[in-house]
Amino acid sequence: MNFEDYRGIWVFIEIKDGKVAPVSLELLGAGRELADKRKSQLAGLLIGDGVEEYVQTLYEYGADTVYVYDDPLFNHYRTESFMRAVFDCCEKHKPEVLLYGATANGKDLASAVATDLPTGLTADTTILDIEEDTGLLLASRPAFGGNIMATILCKKYRPQMATVRPKVMKALTPQEGRSGELVRETVDLKEDDIRTKVLEIVRETTKKSSIDEADIIVAGGKGLGSKAGFELIHQFAQVIGAAVGGSRDVVEAGWIPHQNQVGQTGLTVTPKIYFAIGISGAIQHIVGMQNSGLIIAINKDPDAPIFQTCHYGIVGDAHEVVPLLIKAFEKALDRRVSHV
Amino acid sequence: MHIVVCIKQVPDTKIIKVNPKTNTLDRSSAPAILNPYDAHAVEEAVRLRDQHGGKVTVLSMGPPQAVNAIKKCIEIGADEGVLISDRSFAGADTLATSYALTKAIEKIQKSEPISLVLCGKHAIDGDTGQVGPGIARRMTIPPITNVLQIEKVDLNESKVEIRRKIENGYEIIESQMPCLLTVEKEINEVSYSPLPNMIKAARYQPTVWAVKDLDDVDMSQLGMKGSPTIVGKMWPPAKSEGAKRIEGDAKSQVKQLVLIVLEKRELFEQKGGR
Ligand SMILES: Cc1cc2nc3c(=O)[nH]c(=O)nc-3n(C[C@H](O)[C@H](O)[C@H](O)COP(=O)(O)OP(=O)(O)OC[C@H]3O[C@@H](n4cnc5c(N)ncnc54)[C@H](O)[C@@H]3O)c2cc1C
Ligand SMILES: Cc1cc2nc3c(=O)[nH]c(=O)nc-3n(C[C@H](O)[C@H](O)[C@H](O)COP(=O)(O)OP(=O)(O)OC[C@H]3O[C@@H](n4cnc5c(N)ncnc54)[C@H](O)[C@@H]3O)c2cc1C
Repeated sequence: MNFEDYRGIWVFIEIKDGKVAPVSLELLGAGRELADKRKSQLAGLLIGDGVEEYVQTLYEYGADTVYVYDDPLFNHYRTESFMRAVFDCCEKHKPEVLLYGATANGKDLASAVATDLPTGLTADTTILDIEEDTGLLLASRPAFGGNIMATILCKKYRPQMATVRPKVMKALTPQEGRSGELVRETVDLKEDDIRTKVLEIVRETTKKSSIDEADIIVAGGKGLGSKAGFELIHQFAQVIGAAVGGSRDVVEAGWIPHQNQVGQTGLTVTPKIYFAIGISGAIQHIVGMQNSGLIIAINKDPDAPIFQTCHYGIVGDAHEVVPLLIKAFEKALDRRVSHV
Repeated sequence: MHIVVCIKQVPDTKIIKVNPKTNTLDRSSAPAILNPYDAHAVEEAVRLRDQHGGKVTVLSMGPPQAVNAIKKCIEIGADEGVLISDRSFAGADTLATSYALTKAIEKIQKSEPISLVLCGKHAIDGDTGQVGPGIARRMTIPPITNVLQIEKVDLNESKVEIRRKIENGYEIIESQMPCLLTVEKEINEVSYSPLPNMIKAARYQPTVWAVKDLDDVDMSQLGMKGSPTIVGKMWPPAKSEGAKRIEGDAKSQVKQLVLIVLEKRELFEQKGGR
């Protein structure tokens, strides 16, 4: 394997609800940085049925080249068809790095492609870097339930592949009118070659909770004292347009439904801002929110473990601090809410 | 139908501690357990066997102590267990792990063809979820990940219908058998083991194979040698360094905090004021 043949940073582009998935745009942002460091090109790999309309968006978010596989075969995601396209494209154009969003389909696809190529695949990356001179990808990730971070390296194989968690990387501000090169590709594959069929897709529009997608989460813990005390969390969340989360203990106390629980036995969330109010910061809670962009803790105990994880901490009584916060944000954001 | 379930023994990551001197995990600080997702996979296999007849074989790669995880699966109701254990497997990443497990599955299916392979969604230690699809590709059977429910099994047509979790919903997939499924914990509740299973498990000795017991093994694909990825630096996740205390009385604390938060003003503006 001649490493010189492998050039360029690629991002597998996912389409979700008729749009380029946010994680793909984030990866173009991260990929742009890697490509610039390596003085190489950034490419998107777009697979689907009637997807050429998205190409312009990909240029605007940083792609120099877009490889497109447009065929009714790719109408729905299926491992067997999509992996064939990715595999063929890697063999033909030889990228140095290929990134995928660590979504259900992204992980499924990457695992299959890595096995067939074969090459190394780093899972659930949260930190990305590249060695300028050697092109060695430094992909770091949490493992062991979030107890440790590790940098995973793939020294002897190309392409280097990684799945990357949503909401960790930053998309670029789109540059209107930016253009690039479109490369149309085809696969030699027939419907009969594929052993799976998608019979039905059900979108659960009655979204149980939007907390796994929210940019801002206000989470409360037992420190709020009672269900009535927890109202402060709802009010504060409403003022700043945030989703409400909570620790397992408040779920068990019946203050909020289980869908809003953050942590090991609840949801893993990565909002841009996470408020932890009256939450002690048990490891089972931390693993569910530690990758949030900005973590702010309010707790009356200066030794509460949450202060080890947060970026900013206020030692104080939630019943005093949160009402002041509500007022301050109402003013700053020019918003009013009905106090019930 | 013959179902093979791949199961892994893992340290209980709820309890495990990081050695602050070496920045590595202190495995002795946590008991070794059956990977929780794999318990659901075994439970599902046992239910399918009870409905459709057949046999459940569990397979694990690991050190000799991993027999305990296999015994746990016998308690849940598995019929047989195989442990592959050999120094040459050590240091395997997901690619080398799927290779070794596939070699063992090939041997298992020589005596009895396999309809389904089940895996957990991921192992709670390595946390990658890559081994299942890897095995499927090596066996050249379809992988179906994130399985919420097995809707239908049609042994005559050799087909299954699967409910697969996707972002904000699910999809129903029809697949030919054999295929490989990785299961979510929602697929079932692991029921209490009946006493006869417990007694059987206590006495049970799984089959143990070393690498020489497997056929056509390419040694260069095993263990550390067969692993494209290596673990470089390890460190405990960022703590205290970033944590800044906001001092002062409540009023001034809030004032400072508002300024910090509003640096991310764009988050608030998208939503628009009311
Ligand atoms: C197997 C297992 C799985 C688990 N899964 C989860 C999970 O998914 N998610 C989860 O969250 N937990 C989980 N837990 C529970 C976890 O261990 C903790 O018990 C839980 O997170 C604690 O919730 P808490 O912080 O709300 O309550 P507490 O630990 O009781 O903390 C309350 C905090 O509020 C502070 N406080 C009190 N009064 C005030 C006040 N007036 N103003 C400000 N601060 C105040 C206190 O100083 C304290 O730090 C799990 C546990 C186990 C064993
Ligand atoms: C800190 C750290 C980070 C790592 N990061 C990576 C990485 O990014 N990429 C990589 O390729 N490797 C990585 N590894 C190596 C990886 O953990 C091992 O390859 C491991 O053997 C299998 O991966 P997993 O635990 O992630 O299993 P998963 O793929 O999460 O396991 C999924 C399912 O596969 C089956 N399975 C997995 N292992 C076994 C087994 N031994 N026996 C039977 N069934 C099994 C089970 O059904 C399990 O539920 C890392 C290891 C460490 C210590």
